[in-house]
Amino acid sequence: MSKKIKALKAAFPYTLPILTGYLFLGMAWGVLMHEQGYPLWATALISFLTYAGAMQFIAVNLMALGFNPLYAFLMTLMVNARHLFYGLVMLEKFKGTQRLKPYLIFGLTDETFSLLCSIKPAPEINIHWFMFFITLFNHLYWVVGCAAGTLLGHFLIFNTQGLDFVLTSLFTVIFINQWRASHEHFPTLLALGATILCRMIFGPANFIIPAMLAIILILFLKKPMEVREN
Amino acid sequence: MKIIFWLTIASTTFLTRLLPFLIFPEKKETPQYIEYLGALLPNAIIGMLIIYCLKDITLTSYPYGFPELCGVGSTALLHLWKNNTLLSIGGGSVIYMLLIRLI
Repeated sequence: MSKKIKALKAAFPYTLPILTGYLFLGMAWGVLMHEQGYPLWATALISFLTYAGAMQFIAVNLMALGFNPLYAFLMTLMVNARHLFYGLVMLEKFKGTQRLKPYLIFGLTDETFSLLCSIKPAPEINIHWFMFFITLFNHLYWVVGCAAGTLLGHFLIFNTQGLDFVLTSLFTVIFINQWRASHEHFPTLLALGATILCRMIFGPANFIIPAMLAIILILFLKKPMEVREN
Repeated sequence: MKIIFWLTIASTTFLTRLLPFLIFPEKKETPQYIEYLGALLPNAIIGMLIIYCLKDITLTSYPYGFPELCGVGSTALLHLWKNNTLLSIGGGSVIYMLLIRLI
């Protein structure tokens, strides 16, 4: 039991930026759902089961086009395709997590991934439970935020507008930390450039999948050079 | 209909997170190239996520993405200078929130 409590205590401070970001982003979504006439229990349940920030916002707009399950399926695949990358990176880290594994996979959002791939807890902390509590805390913040938005409505949103920028800042900080920890900067810069280029060519709605393909291609082309060096 | 709609979205989201683990199960050895990708991808992905967060800004019309770029820039400068995560995130976000109210 103390193994779990230690992991819980170690995990919590890392989730503070996400606490802020998820609460306010969740609230914004809760307000939208409230306007659509969804009751509190429904928004709490949907955010608990779906747990995907960007997709939940898009889904509210999708509903306006009618409830077409096939369209919803294809749209979700496209919007969430970036999650495929997260799984590839976490294959190693999730090995041996056993009964925790399905939940770790279920909760692998952008923000949870960014923490799990960049933090190494102290050696005495159980890494499996550490990852579990990071995931659980974030999941909790999201559901509470979504439910609060449905309850509290508009007035809160106006005063907190822009607070979700903490998530952009969090990614910036993680990017710098990873930059410092790595000596392989060339592929990172190429990937960044390719993503910006794809955004300019394909527009804000459709650039992630081309960007992912470009990144894979860049890393693929980079590999033979490394092998030769070795 | 609403229930089917939301269940479709929830289960497809889970599928996109689960798929890599289905294709490369623990018991079988993961191909070397995938391991290589897994090791090099994180930096590239975080860069991609930053751009993803900034995707809706327009550089060609007012306010030219100024609040967002200042927010990211000040977060980065604070972090390079003080190396304190909460200070960098807090400072950058406050600057962004001030700018969207003032501009």
